[in-house]
Parts: sequence; structure tokens; C-alpha cells
Amino acid sequence: MQRDLGKRPWTFYVLAAFFALFVLFLYGPMSAIYVLSFQGPTGGLTFPMNGVSLHWFTALFNQQRTGDFAGGFTRSIALAVIVLLLTVVISVMAGLAFRRRFFGATAVFYLAVASLIMPGLLVGLGVGLLYQTMGVTATWFGSALGAQLTWTLPFGLLIMFAVLSRFNRSYEEAGRDLGASNWKILWMIVVPILFPGLIAVALFGFTLSYDEFPRTLLTVGAENTLPLEIWGMTTNVTSPALYALGTVTTLVSFTVIIIALGSIALIQRRRSRRPAASDSAPAEIGTE
Amino acid sequence: MEFAIKLSTASTSYLQVAPLLLVLVAFFGIPLLMIVGVSFFEYDGVSSVPAFQFGNYIDLFTSRITLTLYLKTLEYALFVWAITLVVGFTVSYFLAFHVRSILWQMALFLLCTVPFWTSNIIRMISWIPFLGRNGLFNQALIGLGVTKEPLEFLLFSDFAVVIAYVHLFTLFMIVPIFNAMARIDRSVVEAALDGGSSRWRIIWEIIIPLSKTGIALGSIFVITLVMGDFFVVNTMSGGHSASVALAMYNQIAAVQYPFAAASAVILLVIVTLLVAAILRVVDVRRELAG
Repeated sequence: MQRDLGKRPWTFYVLAAFFALFVLFLYGPMSAIYVLSFQGPTGGLTFPMNGVSLHWFTALFNQQRTGDFAGGFTRSIALAVIVLLLTVVISVMAGLAFRRRFFGATAVFYLAVASLIMPGLLVGLGVGLLYQTMGVTATWFGSALGAQLTWTLPFGLLIMFAVLSRFNRSYEEAGRDLGASNWKILWMIVVPILFPGLIAVALFGFTLSYDEFPRTLLTVGAENTLPLEIWGMTTNVTSPALYALGTVTTLVSFTVIIIALGSIALIQRRRSRRPAASDSAPAEIGTE
Repeated sequence: MEFAIKLSTASTSYLQVAPLLLVLVAFFGIPLLMIVGVSFFEYDGVSSVPAFQFGNYIDLFTSRITLTLYLKTLEYALFVWAITLVVGFTVSYFLAFHVRSILWQMALFLLCTVPFWTSNIIRMISWIPFLGRNGLFNQALIGLGVTKEPLEFLLFSDFAVVIAYVHLFTLFMIVPIFNAMARIDRSVVEAALDGGSSRWRIIWEIIIPLSKTGIALGSIFVITLVMGDFFVVNTMSGGHSASVALAMYNQIAAVQYPFAAASAVILLVIVTLLVAAILRVVDVRRELAG
């Protein structure tokens, strides 16, 4: 409620301080474990630091103490990439379908919302029971993949709703008037325009899968993903190797986030340079 | 001709939505029915035997532990909901109404959302060196002379559980509330200011009513997340406390699937009732489907 642009009300400073505290609360403890992962070889789980070393990072690769870190890491990345691809394709298709009214649309939508808020452990239990009854062996690329999709697809769908609500359909109609086929319209008009939104869906697909735990726990089968290795470590490992693993996995997440957000920003900047090619509706988030 | 076109667009819709429906039915719908089915099975002490009997439910309803677990879980849910609501609302209000440049608004909003894309387990564990006996918080308190002895209740306690929940789930409040606030027409607020309203009155009579769909969505997320959690309670309470889902997890670990399935059904009924109650107060359908 900043009418007078020059002077900020006193409440601004109070709220800004509150916000700063919140950010500190959000990032403070996390940064503590990143620092602690560089403990010296004799260092413990808490401060003070006993020297600085990469000892605990190398310890991660010695399988016997800390579990199968390398295997879990590879499987988690592979699974996250599969989930990303399926989430993008299936969410985009479903998002396009929901632009038209069709019988059962509301039911499908509520099924997706129910799937989104279903406690993860219950999804895992159900899928695990289903595989057991059918006599199929649970695997990370089978049952765990399916269980994770029940969580990434509703997210993808909701993002597609937000993205498509700003999509100007006259570009599609122009393509149709010029005689383009449906596939050509999809590939040459819809996908390029929606591309930043697709990156957002991909970011959710990858990171939600890469860090997924409650749905994967009962469906993964014999070979663990990385979050399950970490879960095992929280009970067995009482050394800073646990923090080293936390640092490594957070670095992977941050890399993915930076690539995704960076490419969205890059595309938006390129588009704003060529206003004619821009589809972005005027931002509805005005501060004034 | 027109009929043919209508038919083809309808079938296109079904083709496009088919993969989503297939995945949700196969990995959500059918597994849900499996749980309901298994909840009537019999457990003979070693394995589950297909049956149709209500023994598991009778056991659950007559056990005193069930009530204790639900009360504890609801207590966590209530505390966490209240804290995340106040924090989430305040942060969103600051971002939506006090940050002037859209660029800054988006940057600060992203700053709040980045942790969501990182591991929940790691974020939870990060409280251990912070709250422990020799942790940073205790060292700071002793350094400041607030206490002489390190505080013991900080870690492996209800306090630690609630802190970890708030840390993990506040984001689920911020995103929908901020989204709702960003859509509020600024001229309404301007008009109220011109009419001489106080800031508090504007918050109570304009901003809260207009962002209630966001508040409801955030509440649904936070409450269902807390009700379904087992790993935060397990780790952060240090085994001193339990939740409904943790008890269920222990039953699964002991391969007592019929008991676990019956607990799951009851948990689902209660979560559904809570969500229905929220939806009764605030109709979020328009918001979601829009």
C-alpha cells in the first residue's frame, strides 16, 4: 500500500525484517551441513570444525561403510530423466485435452488432485501390494516409476493449466487458416510458444523424482535410489559422510534448478527483444 | 459434417488425456482399491490370508493406541497449520503488496521456492547439527549468556518435529497465497485507502477474503502432508513420538499388511473429511479448474 512512491511505510521495514528472518530460517541450517561436510578426518557431526578436508566426500565412494552411493546416484538420475520425459509429454497432452470440454473431464481432474494430496506412503503401500498380488517383481524403473508419476503428473497438469490459460489461441487458428496440419501446428506453434512452461514442468518432474522418498520406499525393489540410501544412512552412519552426501545431492539439485531457470530467463529475454514474436500476455502481477 | 467434426475433437481429447488417465488408474486408483481389499484380509501371525472380515478394524477401534496416535498427529497438524499459515500469509503479503518492482518480487519469490526443489530428507537432517546439545543454537544461547546449560528439549522432541515440518512445508502455503494475492485488483486497495481505511482493516476486509482460495489450498497441502508423514516424526522425535503414518510404516516393516491397510483406510477417511471440511468453508473449485 505504497501510495507515496518516495516514502515507504514503517510496516515495510517490519515485514522486510520478518522476510529476512524467514529466508535465514530456510537456508541457515542447510548451509550449516554444507560447511560441516568439509570436516577434517577426526571431525564429528557438530561444530567445531576439526580442520578442513574432502575426507568425507572420498569416504562416500568406499562402499562398505556408507552403502551403495554410486549405484543409488546413477539410478536416481536415470529415473529422474525418465520421469521428466514422461511428465512433460503426458502433462502437455492432458493440458491440451482439458482446453475442450469432454465428458468425464471433471472426474479426471479430481482423480489427479486426489492423487496429488494422497499421502506418499499410502501410494507406495498400494502399488507394492498390487505388484505382490500380481507376482511381479518391484523395480525402480517399474513400480517406483509408476508411483512417482502419480505425484509428478498432477503437478505437471496444474502447471500446464497455468501456462495454457495465458496462451493466445489465435496463433493456432492462424496456422490452421494457412493450411497447417494438427501435428505441424503442435510442433511449430504450440510447443515453441509454450517452451518456457515446458521447462518448468521438466524442472518439477526431475527434482520431484530425484528427491522422492515416501512413494519410492515400498516400491523400489532390491536396488535403492539415492534418497533411500540417505534414509538408510540417517540410522546407520554417524559421520559427516552423511553431510557430504547432502552437499553432493543438493549440488545436483541446484545445477538442475539453475539450468532450468536460466534457460527460461534466456528465452524470455530473447522474446522481449523481438516483441512481435512474443506471446507473453502482459504480466497480471502489477505492484501498483 | 458438423457432427463429424465434434466427434473427432472429442476423440482427440480422449486420446490426449488417455496416458494420464492410464497412469493414474494403474498406479493410484487400482492400488487404492488393493489397500481397501487387503484391509479385510486376515493376518495369521506370519502372513496375510485372503478373507473378508472386520477383525483388523475392530482391533484398531478398540486399541487405545489408535486414539493416542490420531490425537498426536492432529496436534502436530494443528500446530504446523497455524504457524505455516501466519508465516506464509505474512511472507506473501510482504511480497505481493510491499515489494514494488516485479523483478524483485519474482526474485524473492524464487528465493523462497528453491529449497522445494532440493531433498526433504537433507533439509530435515540439517536441523540436527543446528539444534543438538552442542549445536549452533545452544552455543549461541550460551555465548549470549541466555542459559548456562545447553537446552535439551531442542532436538529429538516435539519442538524439533514442528520446526522441521514448518521448515519443509511453509512453502506450500506461500505459493497458493501469493498467487491469490497477486490477482487482487490494486485499485480496490487504493479505493479503501482513499476512503480512509486503516491497513489492518484492509487486510481483514479485503485481502483475507480475496485470498481465501489460496489460504484453503495451502491449508489442504500442509494438513495432508503432516497427516501422511512418517520420516520427520521418526527422525526428529528421536523415537520419543509417533504419528499414524509412522505406526503404519512399522506395521508394513513387520509385513502385517492387513493391519497396515486398515490403518491406511482410516487415515484416508480422516484426511478426506478434513479436506472436505476445508472445501465446505471455501470453494476452491473455480480456482483450480480456472
